[in-house]
Amino acid sequence: MADQYPAVSLWGGFIASFRRDMLIAARHKAELTNPLVFFLIAVTLIPLGVSPEKSVLALLAPGIVWVMALLATLLSLDGLFRSDYDDGSLEQMLISPQSLYFTVMAKVLVHWLVSGLPVTLLAPLLGLMLSLPGEGYLPLLASLALGTASMSLIGAVGAALTVSLRKGGLLLSLIVMPLYIPVLIFGASAVQSAVQGGAVGMQLAVLGAFLALAIVLAPIAALGALRISTNG
Amino acid sequence: MTDSVTKVKIPLLELRKLGCERDERLLFAELDLQLYPGDVVQIGGPNGAGKTTLLRALAGISTDYLGQILYADQRLPEAAWEFAGDSLYLGHLPGIKKALTPAENLAWYQAQSGAAIAVNDALAAVGLYGYEDTPCYQLSAGQLRRVALARLHLSRARIWILDEPFTAIDKLGVSQLETLIAQQSAKGGVVILTSHQDLTLPQLRMVNLQDYQPARAGDKTNDDLGGLTSDGAYHG
Repeated sequence: MADQYPAVSLWGGFIASFRRDMLIAARHKAELTNPLVFFLIAVTLIPLGVSPEKSVLALLAPGIVWVMALLATLLSLDGLFRSDYDDGSLEQMLISPQSLYFTVMAKVLVHWLVSGLPVTLLAPLLGLMLSLPGEGYLPLLASLALGTASMSLIGAVGAALTVSLRKGGLLLSLIVMPLYIPVLIFGASAVQSAVQGGAVGMQLAVLGAFLALAIVLAPIAALGALRISTNG
Repeated sequence: MTDSVTKVKIPLLELRKLGCERDERLLFAELDLQLYPGDVVQIGGPNGAGKTTLLRALAGISTDYLGQILYADQRLPEAAWEFAGDSLYLGHLPGIKKALTPAENLAWYQAQSGAAIAVNDALAAVGLYGYEDTPCYQLSAGQLRRVALARLHLSRARIWILDEPFTAIDKLGVSQLETLIAQQSAKGGVVILTSHQDLTLPQLRMVNLQDYQPARAGDKTNDDLGGLTSDGAYHG
């Protein structure tokens, strides 16, 4: 009987899904650069709109970079499960003898690698543009790395819930935004506190805790939502 | 030995009083069906009779049904894991990524649910030799369908659930697919399919969903439809 069942491994399935999504991402470069370009343009416009004064910008910098990073992530979320839903891959994932948890995890990991990570790496450059004081850069990188990963995971739940709706973009923002607020508060406050010479351990620890919680719970919520979305 | 004896007695797939509802309308109900190894069943019925709904329920995509589905005498939602490893569903949507090549698409399915033969052999078997590395967006609708059908060669699943597998493929493809279904049946597999084509398989059984339409609900819908059309005529 045993040889009747396919010899598939959890790790092999995860790697295959990861590879597949990375390949797809690599072939849709234009879609990838969208959030990044938005991030760049939006942050660049702030000094023009508010004030080019260094002291003013330095005060606003942590908040601006964080808010724009959040919006850039939000912008890229809608496509997370959309193409899989449209071409039928999603229903195949649901009924494949693989753990859906790891398939969702692979998709979110790819999403973070192509949206959250570039935003994080670009952030110090934009910090420089907003004359962020020197002490702020490391906390900015660390908080964004932790924060964007949490936001990709939380966002996956919203994307899964709205995938079957034709125009789910606004609803997705409404679902996800309240859940992003704690991440934003602690992320921006980590950078703010570092700039003012304070400790950042607490904020980073809370962001790490958010991430740990999101890794465990968000894929479960997302796969439940995917089942609801495809049930109709 | 005892295993083979029990296999003969227990249907591989059994539907007990199955019913599906859509938009608060009962599509069909009290559907009883036993599928033994070697069975090929064509689900018939007019458009909107619930053929796709039935297949989606069977495949495990939708759990929104009345009655029970049993896989080798185990109830389905509980035995979903074993069932997933032993079943293959091809729906209206091919489940093929257009940005990837046929070989990359199948490699993913191979990693997800295992394979009986190599990816390139499966593609050659559906007449896509030489197209392994052509991006799928450059393929025609029929070729795209063939990429999805290559999964039938790739898979080791005993239960095939095929929703309109003959769409978009040419005459030769249709006869090849029929042969493939006959082979699956000969190997002791079960094939459930919907199609508006007349198939020439000797072991084919027909199940018409219209026979399972609840009479009362059916009458009511007909009345509703009549009302709607006459309303529409007045407005027009």
